[in-house]
Amino acid sequence: MRPDKLVARIAIYAVLGFFALIFLAPLYVVLVTSLKTLPELRVGTMLALPQGLNFDAWGKAWSSACTGAACNGLQPFFMNSVYIVIPSVIISSMIGSINGYALAQWRFPGSEIIFTGLLFGFFIPFQAILLPAAQFLGMLKLANTIPGLIIIQTVYGIAFCTMLFRNYYVAMPLELVKAARVDGAGFFRIFWRIFLPISLPIFTVCVIWQFTHIWNDFLFGVVFSGPESRPITVGLNNLVNTSEGVKEYNVDTAAALITALPTLIVYIIGGRYFIRGLTAGAVKG
Amino acid sequence: MADTIPADAGLRKGLARPSRASVWADKWIPLVVLSPSVVISLIFVYGFLAATAVLSFTNSTLMPRYVGAGFQRYIDLFSNSVWWTSVANLFWFSVPFIVLSLGLGLLLAILMDQRIRAEGALRAIYLYPLALSQIVAGTAWQWLFNPEYGIQNTVRALGFTSFEFNWLNDSRMAMACVVIAAVWQCTGFVAALFLAGLRGVDEEVIKAGMVDGASMPVIYRRIVLPAMWPVFFSVLLLLTHQAIKTFDLVVAMTAGGPGTSTWLPSYFMYNFSFERGRMGVGAASAVMILVMVVAILIPMMYLEKRAQKNAS
Amino acid sequence: MTGLSIRNVHKSYGNVPVLKGINIDVAEGEFLILVGSSGCGKSTLLNMIAGLETITQGEIAIGGRVVNDLPPKSRDIAMVFQSYALYPSMTVRENISFGLEIRKVAPEERKRIVEAVAESLQISHLLDRKPRQLSGGQRQRVAMGRALARDPTLFLFDEPLSNLDAQLRIEMRSEIKMMHKRTGKTVCYVTHDQVEAMTLGDRIAVMKDGVVQQLGRPQEIYDAPANMYVAGFIGAPPMNFIPGTLEGEGSGLVMSIDTGAERRRLALPFRPADVKARPGQKVVLGLRPERITAAGASTSDPLKVRVDMTEPTGPDTLIYATLNGKRTLCRVQPFAAPKAGEAIALDFDLSRALLFDPESGARLDGGLAG
Repeated sequence: MRPDKLVARIAIYAVLGFFALIFLAPLYVVLVTSLKTLPELRVGTMLALPQGLNFDAWGKAWSSACTGAACNGLQPFFMNSVYIVIPSVIISSMIGSINGYALAQWRFPGSEIIFTGLLFGFFIPFQAILLPAAQFLGMLKLANTIPGLIIIQTVYGIAFCTMLFRNYYVAMPLELVKAARVDGAGFFRIFWRIFLPISLPIFTVCVIWQFTHIWNDFLFGVVFSGPESRPITVGLNNLVNTSEGVKEYNVDTAAALITALPTLIVYIIGGRYFIRGLTAGAVKG
Repeated sequence: MADTIPADAGLRKGLARPSRASVWADKWIPLVVLSPSVVISLIFVYGFLAATAVLSFTNSTLMPRYVGAGFQRYIDLFSNSVWWTSVANLFWFSVPFIVLSLGLGLLLAILMDQRIRAEGALRAIYLYPLALSQIVAGTAWQWLFNPEYGIQNTVRALGFTSFEFNWLNDSRMAMACVVIAAVWQCTGFVAALFLAGLRGVDEEVIKAGMVDGASMPVIYRRIVLPAMWPVFFSVLLLLTHQAIKTFDLVVAMTAGGPGTSTWLPSYFMYNFSFERGRMGVGAASAVMILVMVVAILIPMMYLEKRAQKNAS
Repeated sequence: MTGLSIRNVHKSYGNVPVLKGINIDVAEGEFLILVGSSGCGKSTLLNMIAGLETITQGEIAIGGRVVNDLPPKSRDIAMVFQSYALYPSMTVRENISFGLEIRKVAPEERKRIVEAVAESLQISHLLDRKPRQLSGGQRQRVAMGRALARDPTLFLFDEPLSNLDAQLRIEMRSEIKMMHKRTGKTVCYVTHDQVEAMTLGDRIAVMKDGVVQQLGRPQEIYDAPANMYVAGFIGAPPMNFIPGTLEGEGSGLVMSIDTGAERRRLALPFRPADVKARPGQKVVLGLRPERITAAGASTSDPLKVRVDMTEPTGPDTLIYATLNGKRTLCRVQPFAAPKAGEAIALDFDLSRALLFDPESGARLDGGLAG
């Protein structure tokens, strides 16, 4: 390699490496902080490694830290999030897949209008629907309940799921449906026998995206939940920002990591699909 | 004779009996399948948007009350200095956030496009913040910006004992902290999109440029980047949208403070609607947020469409 | 009994007419080709026969049964698609038996049919593969197998060979022809390739702008095209169209030809009474390249032509010359081929010449060549 080329290569790696460290730094700092004791925090810098693996802060964050009046840690919030996320992800993905199939493979006059109309739900700022939505849940007697949040998360997830599946199925030749219709199959049988079996990748993308999105949601959580139904993001915020007594930064950071862990794990396992979901959202039709 | 063949001649071969129903089904089932989503969308999206607009013309405070109040709520909103602070803050948040994420994202994408090793790992590192909740991100950065334990303390420990870094509690600099956290969260995403765009540029065009004797920087500036306008617009659109919607990060990092120095319109809407019980003003601000999104996004989507057309 | 009859069929999308009154009757067991360039409406017509598109006006009957209101599955048809449209998640075996399964054919019977079909197409060893593990030619065979298994009254083919490379295309072409001979079923076959049309069809319908320009046997269409479009579309290399002016000479008709090497009046073999044009009128002389050959000892009146370019194809060599300002192709034996820039004496066999109106493209010679 020519010397000037070599210098250029080194420079490229140096810049990329520098930014990689910057990007990782907050995670590192939060992790080491969560493993320290309070006195230990006071002596060293935030970059210093902990003296040992001390999970006390994690235990406290999980089961006994105070979030406002209650002191049961994040555990109940964590379970609330699980109960909200699982049904919303499943239902919105299923509705999205059949919608996407109908829109991409069974075009009819007006199908493009319906698609655009549904897609709009993905663009609106949710502030613009919060007040009527709260009132609506109240009317259904679902205000401040987990089922209420499931409905909200499902409904506002449909637009994205529909778009994702529609853009996936639109790449399949229309001749598949034609061939199957000549073979005698109808709408649902063609979906079930021909399109669903090839939809695993896009289901993975959709489930990962919806899971991350709903787990990380704060706005709906804080507006539509009550003391018994708060999701984990609301729990974390309450834990960190209640200014009662001594600030336990190690517990705060442990709580942040507990909140982040499910989506981080999903990201590490399914990163490839995660990126596909992001780019699909960006390059819409 | 042709016409004497019975209409069910195919039945011996197991053909389904031709029925009106099956012709009807092929035509209407897709619409029937879509109709629940259409109805849901009409209620939860379009209906609720309309309801918010209606609320903004009423006297509602803690509970919705449908008593007309004309433009009073908008007059309240526009004469509220906190609202104007929030709008100004949004500008001072959005512009640096968008410029920095775009610039840094494009830089990382171009560098990652140089056939480097460990590209997958690097991309994963740049992108992981996006998998985190903004509440988590806010918590982490709040800790880093903490003067007693965070960056200030660490730099002082290195010997720079007079180092001052207490932006989070400084009403002029607090927004910068939110910007840094937001850039940290979104840059990897921008880089991933740009990288996908760069990879989408025809290899042969680049080879043609090399045969023509152009250097790599020239090829990027003259051939590759101009082909990226559609991606650029997409990214700009997404970042703008993201900026207007930003809410969680402010709640987690500053709760709007110090004072109202990090209030954004989204925070204003939440605060007035759900904490101060001034629902009418909250609704009016929600309508204004919607207007902002529409006013900024529609021309940009139009430009994006046009750029895509020109590029193809 | 008719295999397929299309009576005054119209199709429009909104206000845009796509098919403008199609009338075709296909005898049982006949192989009909619908040919034309893209956008002529041939695929739309095929989809309407299949029941995949609605009929705006007119009537389609398959095996004597009007099928206008029947869904595809009740029309007793099978269809082979350009992209093959094999179900990606199913094995070859499942692909072939899917239609039978939906028609509730008993499993043992299905197995028997699938194996017989696979045998006849030599794909028995592929039955447990997925479509993505197959080559283009194999996919094509599976698509045919899927159609054959159904044993329909009418086979529909939608450009089935256009995704194959040249060699496979010829192989599969004869395969389709053999299949037709074996089954004796009615076939309706869409293509844009005139060679396929000529080689496969019992009859060809040449379509343009939603209208059937000509319906006839391949040789008929080749020798006596109804108009300039058909004449130019069928045949490769295409027919030469030499512009000129019709002149009278004695009791016959002549046309002046400027070859670049000489200028001569050629006697045309038409009786003035049959020709729908008068002397002095501008016309186009249609002459296929193989009718312009190197002059031999028996040539009574050779014409000297300056050669612009030559193109050896192996069996013969194509010569490009300019006649009346129009590029013209001539087909000569390789040994007789000159070099570019040289002159050659050519024999113009006008016995199969045609005369067209340069404006409308209509035939002017009254259909009486020779």
